[in-house]
Amino acid sequence: METRLVVSSSPHLKTPESIQSVMTDVLLALFPAAIAGVVFFGWMGLLTMVLCMVSAMVTEAVILRQKNIFGDGSAAVTGLLLAMTLPPAPPWWLTVIGGVVAIVIGKQVFGGIGNNIFNPALVARAILMVSWAGHMTGWLSPVDLVSTATPLPLAARGVSTSFLSLFIGTVPGCIGETSAFALLLGAAWLFYKGHICWRIPGGYIGVVFLMGMFFGGMGSLATMVSVGLFHVLAGGVMLGALYMATDWVSSPVTPRGKLIFGIGCGIITMLVRLYGMYPEGVTFAILLMNAVTPLIDRATLPRKFGEVTK
Amino acid sequence: MSFKTFKGGIHPGYFKSATEGKPTVPARPPSLVVIPMAQHIGAPCEPLVAAGDEVKMGQKIGDSKGFVSAPVHSSVSGKVVKIDSCNHPLGRPVQAVYIESDGQDTWHGDVQPRPDYEKLTAEEIKKIIREAGIVGMGGATFPTHVKLSPPPEKKIEYVLVNAAECEPYLTADHRAMLERPEDIVTGLRLVMKAVNAPRGFIGIEDNKPDAILAMTKAVAGDSSIVVATLHTKYPQGAEKQLIKVCTGREVPSGGLPMDVGCVVQNVGTCIAISDAVRFGKPLIERIVTITGSGIMEPKNMLVRVGTMITEVVEQCGGFRPNIRKLILGGPMMGLAQPGPDLPVIKGTSGILCLTDAEVELDEIRPCVKCAKCVDVCPVSIMPLFIGGSVEHGMYDKAEEFNAMDCIECGCCTYICPAKRPLVQWIRMAKGDIAARRRK
Repeated sequence: METRLVVSSSPHLKTPESIQSVMTDVLLALFPAAIAGVVFFGWMGLLTMVLCMVSAMVTEAVILRQKNIFGDGSAAVTGLLLAMTLPPAPPWWLTVIGGVVAIVIGKQVFGGIGNNIFNPALVARAILMVSWAGHMTGWLSPVDLVSTATPLPLAARGVSTSFLSLFIGTVPGCIGETSAFALLLGAAWLFYKGHICWRIPGGYIGVVFLMGMFFGGMGSLATMVSVGLFHVLAGGVMLGALYMATDWVSSPVTPRGKLIFGIGCGIITMLVRLYGMYPEGVTFAILLMNAVTPLIDRATLPRKFGEVTK
Repeated sequence: MSFKTFKGGIHPGYFKSATEGKPTVPARPPSLVVIPMAQHIGAPCEPLVAAGDEVKMGQKIGDSKGFVSAPVHSSVSGKVVKIDSCNHPLGRPVQAVYIESDGQDTWHGDVQPRPDYEKLTAEEIKKIIREAGIVGMGGATFPTHVKLSPPPEKKIEYVLVNAAECEPYLTADHRAMLERPEDIVTGLRLVMKAVNAPRGFIGIEDNKPDAILAMTKAVAGDSSIVVATLHTKYPQGAEKQLIKVCTGREVPSGGLPMDVGCVVQNVGTCIAISDAVRFGKPLIERIVTITGSGIMEPKNMLVRVGTMITEVVEQCGGFRPNIRKLILGGPMMGLAQPGPDLPVIKGTSGILCLTDAEVELDEIRPCVKCAKCVDVCPVSIMPLFIGGSVEHGMYDKAEEFNAMDCIECGCCTYICPAKRPLVQWIRMAKGDIAARRRK
């Protein structure tokens, strides 16, 4: 019998959670937004998401020489997140390249899971954006799929979009970013499972709202609030704040650090939107804040129990 | 009286239902006891007997001149067979006295009741506790008389009975509160007298309402003692967390409870103190929870110190064939053993048997910085960074992230989705840092 006994260091109880189970939770959380993407942008939306996930998963499996294509699920999450930030009908090769770039340059060159400095999906999106700017801004109107502009540049030209369409997602934009409702639904699942906390999305969305309100053009209080709200719902803030900025690996681990990170993302996003050349700034805001994550962590170490202040 | 909770902690499965409703049964008197000379933190004892000596139950058979130490006593009457080494829960064999019982259980002449125990002075109580070999029975086995002897400048205001029993599976303290509540209160009052503390707390997690009721009844009419209902969360019974929740005070980093005017005693220790002071009985038996799906009949048993684990297990119907892990103590901080060939000692709160299904041998994955370990850490250190530093042999970095403040509760390892043995790495860092500090 004694040869059967395992001797190991305590604790002898472990959570049933694993990286794979958490990644599955994230995929589940993204499901409502993916459905919305298919409903609004049709089969091209679905094809893009599937192609991007497969491309990312195959790339990872080849690099890691693993037979199980799903692996720990992180490549599938990266692929799906990237697809959601693509316009509704990109050329198929663009999608495939995106998946490969996300895994190779976004993740594996740094040493694989846990070691990447930047959010892999956003690294790929940034590279695609500067390489194929035309394809990356091929916006279509939902359902009838006619070429059009997104709410952010429209607003700059004085064309307003209704809050209801922004909330439901019946506006032009990236496949997975338009429906605030679907994104919030999925995020609620991640909150419930304890995979994300309020600090990053709270700081991010809060700052976007406040900066939109106070720097988006002065007016009556009602106008200012509606401008703030518009900036929260339009573009990629919801997708970015709830799913991209909260990426475990590339965001801070300390409670205060998370809040600072979220606020930083919000400020940079709004600086780009209000004063920059691009209509949207979520991608670069999060990537820039990723770069300073280690510094934020170091500067915000929590006060340990019983620390005596000198 | 309800209390706030502490920062961090986890809610593991509790698995207490197998034994919490089962009254404590006395174990069969052992025919042979193996009594280790080191059953406490501090200097090990020297044997006071030799092979062939006749000993009585309760006779002191080992003692040490060191202050941080506690004597050991025979738990049977009979004959010393040999003095030899034996296996110890901590892993390293220790010297032990092997005694064959004569089956008579004749008490030693020194074991005399003290009907007028209420007249004892603080110094006398402390001396009795020391001579009775009483140590912290929650598992840490720190000699109790040392805890009760703070330097004169440290004024003790609170004595806290740690009745949280936050370790999953264990129910020994729970049963003690239902079966001997008056003795626990007597023990608490004696400690309060010994350290001249005006106030007492009995902290119980709110998943044991029957124990809260029993203890509240036992202290009725005594306004100096408060039964504190604590939130059910692991590690509620960690000394520093218990003090924080009950008194609002924070033991300073690197300090002791006495630095904030507190002394903490386990439920079993209080009973041992009561027995020692009132009846002159040294610490020779304790309640042990034998449980887990790897044992035939889970039980709470009153077991003599020195009884072989094999013998205790046999009285619970034996192991199931699919047992995979044998743990002394609870599942969060207990010690896994290579086999059952060792004795029950003063700190053995549980014998936990886990089966194949419950013992996972996980592959260690890279840290994904989910920060769950940071969120659950009750002392707010950075387990992920300490683990990462140790993985790369950078122990000085581990110190910067406050490795020395770790209470080794294991919450970080429990919660880690990457299955990283964080607390094990932190222990390695602590060992290395302590060794360097001694140089």
